Amino acid sequence: MSQTSPTPDAIHSDAFLARLMRGQLKLSIACALCFVVALVALPLLNYYQPTFMAQRVAGFTLTWLILGVLFFPFVWIISYVFIQRSIALEDAEAKAAKDGLSK
Amino acid sequence: MNAFLAAVGVDPWIAFFSLVTVVVTVGMGFWTAGKSKSAGDFFVAGRSVSVGWNASAISGEYLSAASFMGVAGMVMATGYDALWYPVCYACGYLFLLLFIAGPLRRFGAYTIPDFAEGRYDSPLFRKIAVCFVLFIGFFYTMPQMKGAGTTLAYIFPGLPYWAGVVVVGAVITLNVSLGGMKGITLVQAFQYWLKVFAITLPIFVLAAVVGQYQQHLAVNKTAQESAAAAAPGIERKALPAKAPKDEAWIAPFGKLTTKAVDASIAAAPTPEARAALEADKQPYSLLYTYSLIIALVCGTAGLPHILVRFYTNPDGVAAKRTTMWVMILIGVFYVFPPVYGVIGRSLTPELYDAVGAKGTDKVVLELPTLLAGRDHPLLGSVLSGITCAGAFAAFMSTFSGLLVSMSSALAHDIYGRILRPASSPEQRLKAFKWSALIVGLVAVGLGSQVEALEINFMVGQAFAIAAASYFPLLFMSVWWRGMTMRGAATGMLVGGLSALASITLTSVSDVAAAKAKKLTDAAELAAYWAEHPLAKGIADYWVAHPLARILCEQPAIWAVPLAILLMIVVSKATAATIPADVRMKMLVLHAPEALGLKQEYIKEHEGLGGH
Repeated sequence: MSQTSPTPDAIHSDAFLARLMRGQLKLSIACALCFVVALVALPLLNYYQPTFMAQRVAGFTLTWLILGVLFFPFVWIISYVFIQRSIALEDAEAKAAKDGLSK
Repeated sequence: MNAFLAAVGVDPWIAFFSLVTVVVTVGMGFWTAGKSKSAGDFFVAGRSVSVGWNASAISGEYLSAASFMGVAGMVMATGYDALWYPVCYACGYLFLLLFIAGPLRRFGAYTIPDFAEGRYDSPLFRKIAVCFVLFIGFFYTMPQMKGAGTTLAYIFPGLPYWAGVVVVGAVITLNVSLGGMKGITLVQAFQYWLKVFAITLPIFVLAAVVGQYQQHLAVNKTAQESAAAAAPGIERKALPAKAPKDEAWIAPFGKLTTKAVDASIAAAPTPEARAALEADKQPYSLLYTYSLIIALVCGTAGLPHILVRFYTNPDGVAAKRTTMWVMILIGVFYVFPPVYGVIGRSLTPELYDAVGAKGTDKVVLELPTLLAGRDHPLLGSVLSGITCAGAFAAFMSTFSGLLVSMSSALAHDIYGRILRPASSPEQRLKAFKWSALIVGLVAVGLGSQVEALEINFMVGQAFAIAAASYFPLLFMSVWWRGMTMRGAATGMLVGGLSALASITLTSVSDVAAAKAKKLTDAAELAAYWAEHPLAKGIADYWVAHPLARILCEQPAIWAVPLAILLMIVVSKATAATIPADVRMKMLVLHAPEALGLKQEYIKEHEGLGGH
């Protein structure tokens, strides 16, 4: 057990915590930006390009189609990408921390 | 029996399906009650719920009367702008996933107040945090109660609105005090699938008979079109005068966001004043839209009864996976309620003329019965019975979840930690049951007062309070090491309470105005306003200042930044009081479980002689 469990000093350093938080936060913010840009842009497009957004697409208006239907899969994609990367990041951190100790 | 039901105007199929839903829900509560023994079982289901179950349960709890009935009613009443509600209800989970779900689960606590105390080592902060569980919870139960009252008044046409509220409130309170959280997990998961079934099946059948979603949308002409598209076979009834015009309904920035300015325009004394207000209309409605988006997206990440569910995941990774599945499950659901609203506009426009429990909020229940008039009498009744069952599932599951989280707050936080720290687990369990009773009573009392308000609108307000209190607290506590207890408490209190105050102000004045509207006699009306000079004063102020009305109705756009700003400023000013072991706390929040830091943290705290 003592071989695999990290010594307190390595993972209790400020540097380790800062690296840990920075990695996860960077990923979270990148994903959040994709989402926020879409959320901010849609009302702006409705506001400045009403004619373009009101064109008919298979019976829907373009803006109705985007908000009422397409927005959901868009967010699922962001969350899927986030989960894959976030779990990979955690595994890498755990492995690095443990490896760092056994040396 | 059938003869009796027919005599009082009750459709036997609708009554049958609704009854089955209630009996199954209560039965499952009783059945699982025997299985939940310990306090852990009651509060967080022993922390052993799998991702699939938990995602279904969270979705089941989340899809409330607002989602099931309110969204459809609001889309029908106001058009495009109402679509922001379902979209943000579903997509708000992304913020929860990205910033909060994983760390919160790793920290390990029963409730948000537990987290507040643990993160800042401050029992005082727990007390402050508990208050918001109750504020948000009560604001959220009011629309559920309205859903209950509306549905029962629909099934039993002679029944007054308040009676439905009382019946449903009593049944659920009984159920919760018997089963606690574990009973609830199973029931909620079942109810998610029931709700999806109940919203999809009737609309597919209906669309096959009366025409598709996009066909019914196409008959509404946009401002850019000279005439609506010719749609052979699509029936459309004449809209009453009260209904919004096609151009305003189908386009963004319609009735929902321009209501305040429209009221002012109607009251404007001169054409110049009217023109000036007309010019403000569009920018104000853009502001309204953004404020609504902020409230819903941030609010989802701060709902206490949802957050408590993340503690029932075995670890942080499971918490993240659960969140993703929740987004998929509820996203699929939310595509459908607007379809009811759109088809309802074509086929049941008479709902525009009714108010309260008989208005557009019941379009989901009403629409399937149209099939009866199209040579499918049995099918119409059965499908309407199914949507009623779904509505029951919706307000029962959300109300149960709220009741559990509010009763937990009372029993676990106020009784167990503040009043009687030395109480035994049995005493706390008993306190939980009593708390459920008290909360249930208050919820029924509040719910019977809000018939005039739209279901979905009320839920949006609960979200705004959560967005200005818990969201900043959780977000900043998880990601910023420099936060102090005073900073967190100041931001949460000022942001949350100012949002609460401005929302209460708009709701109270709306309820008063709705009552005044019912009085047709001028003398009676004058007497009514004379009795409530404050309500009259507020209503007049709204007309004179539409911007103030918008900012009070949708406070998130200023309250959320205010809360975060205060947290930063006050924390900087009180930097000396940052918890001494903040690094260890942050490690517990962010380090993967594989490193085993949590156990270390618990040992350290036990080593200090309890805490």
